[in-house]
Amino acid sequence: MQKFTTLTGLVVPLDRANVDTDAIIPKQFLKSIKRTGFGPNLFDEWRYLDHGEPGMDNSKRPINPDFVLNQARYKGAQILLARENFGCGSSREHAPWALLDYGIRAMLAPSYADIFYNNCFKNGILPIVVDTKTLEQLFREVQVTPGYPLNIDLAAQTVVTPSGQKISFELDAFRKQCLLNGLDDIGLTLQHVEAIRAYESKRKQEAPWLFS
Amino acid sequence: MQTLYDKLWNSHVVRDNGDGTSLIYIDRHLVHEVTSPQAFDGLRLAGRKPWRVSANLATPDHNVPTTQRTQGIVDPISRLQVDTLDQNCAEFGITEFKMLDVRQGIVHVIGPEQGATLPGMTVVCGDSHTSTHGAFGALAFGIGTSEVEHALATQCLILKKAKSMLVQVDGKAGNGVTAKDIILAIIGKIGTAGGSGYAIEFGGEAIRALSMEGRMTLCNMAIEAGARAGMVAVDAKTIDYIRGRPFAPRGELWDRALHSWHGLTSDAQATFDNVVSLNAADLKPQVTWGTSPEMVIDIDANIPDPATFSDQVKREGAKAALRYMGLAPNIPITSVALDKIFIGSCTNARIEDLRAAAVIVQGRKVAKNIKLAMVVPGSGLVKQQAEREGLDKIFRAAGFEWREPGCSMCLAMNADRLEPGERCASTSNRNFEGRQGQGGRTHLVSPAMAAAAAVFGRFVDVRELATSPLP
Repeated sequence: MQKFTTLTGLVVPLDRANVDTDAIIPKQFLKSIKRTGFGPNLFDEWRYLDHGEPGMDNSKRPINPDFVLNQARYKGAQILLARENFGCGSSREHAPWALLDYGIRAMLAPSYADIFYNNCFKNGILPIVVDTKTLEQLFREVQVTPGYPLNIDLAAQTVVTPSGQKISFELDAFRKQCLLNGLDDIGLTLQHVEAIRAYESKRKQEAPWLFS
Repeated sequence: MQTLYDKLWNSHVVRDNGDGTSLIYIDRHLVHEVTSPQAFDGLRLAGRKPWRVSANLATPDHNVPTTQRTQGIVDPISRLQVDTLDQNCAEFGITEFKMLDVRQGIVHVIGPEQGATLPGMTVVCGDSHTSTHGAFGALAFGIGTSEVEHALATQCLILKKAKSMLVQVDGKAGNGVTAKDIILAIIGKIGTAGGSGYAIEFGGEAIRALSMEGRMTLCNMAIEAGARAGMVAVDAKTIDYIRGRPFAPRGELWDRALHSWHGLTSDAQATFDNVVSLNAADLKPQVTWGTSPEMVIDIDANIPDPATFSDQVKREGAKAALRYMGLAPNIPITSVALDKIFIGSCTNARIEDLRAAAVIVQGRKVAKNIKLAMVVPGSGLVKQQAEREGLDKIFRAAGFEWREPGCSMCLAMNADRLEPGERCASTSNRNFEGRQGQGGRTHLVSPAMAAAAAVFGRFVDVRELATSPLP
């Protein structure tokens, strides 16, 4: 997994609550058996005017000029500003894969759906929780300031705005360490093989029907 | 004093990691074709093998066609994904019910049907509707593909314990008010993020009165309320459902298991972080009008007017939803005409759901304005059972199509889908934009309500059907 330490990146605002994973990456693209290549189909139904299918040449498709990701001022954005309950719906990890493949490395929103939130950390994306008041301020500033960047420092747990305002955020110590070091969860868990074996042998005595 | 969730959690802690997370043992891992290929690739890349092969059970469900199945899958990309599951299961020795096996079906239907879901288990699957299995007093939740790989490789997951919520539904649900209506009403009350960060236990008289199929419908949509896990305490109905199923314990093991399952309830004095109460007697059949499951109203209500929403974000959301749905505010939901009817999905494709729909359909015809009405049983065994009871004949005689089992038009990954602008009464779980096909408009309802909508060509109150003249 890619490490996440610090990031200074352009912010793109997605002014919509309850953005679901079907919207982030529509189902027809879930047929891929790979982890990469989902970026061109991120928000496919909002981003293009035609119906997208796997295998299409996306560069030739008609784009929706009204959709925020298609506006020239947000080209190359790495930070997504979003609203509550972002990523609700299915457990598809294709959603963070699509965001990452597009270039998004961090998000700011007042809340995320649980599974999506968890999936972000497995893919080197930092989903930051901000309070509603700060969020409204950021939406206002981004909209009136072309080229609006934020500076994110994971170790310090801070976001700094162009005016120098410092916003602190919270996250779990474990998730922070994994992101900072790009740690592989499976490798970590396999350091506890003995504990897993011990649990299994005790459990086999108590509830043998679970092991048949 | 422990909640059911505490008991399930505590009995699966392999190790407290000391940083707020624990290593939690996974008893059952269900696998389907969409969220597993990258996980199996990960295992191969790292030279790892599944930790305990017998914990896994696989079936293809999202991509499978519901017609002419013996001819294989026409779409080459869907075919590759299903073939990849077959190859991965063969390579790693995982039990799989393949597409042409009568035991194949939607993963959340076949787990319980096979007795592969048992009380006291932890059950995971790369699918958010894994919450379904909580109906058996199990801790069951959906995971992403990275965690699928983690569960395969280590039989564990690194988890942070959720907060606990009790949704207490007292009273008796009236005739025509089903588990689907109860869960839609709960989501309408607490919102799609109301359960975020919580594991929900459903309790109360109305929940105890539900069949296991009803409890599965309820827990299935816990995720639509934002909760990764939903659960119901074990009682005699749970035990009766499991007895004799292929993967269930037998003989002396069954007796020992029974003894342990009886304790799978919340202690009387246990406290929850949050309690939500409803009275089932107050509930009416529910219909969603928007593009989120929380946008739901009673069948006798009017479509809401966004102008009356005080919260600006909700108001804008409602406006956008009505635009997408092609609906005007302040009109009765019963005046809304439909194009398609879908009875199926992991929410409502079990035998009891098909029976409830058949009762309404019997002796009636699908309305002329309905272009397609389809029933997609949840598994090959549900289909067989329904055919033994003659339900297929009732549906076919009315003008329904009787299909092969799978996820089908719940998410339209196979060929079954809505065309742009088409409106569907659907027994599935999500009414998101494009969920059933780009531009498609989904209204979530119970099987009986979907059947009634098929007959009348528009939404009707299923409670009035007995006295209503037929169209």
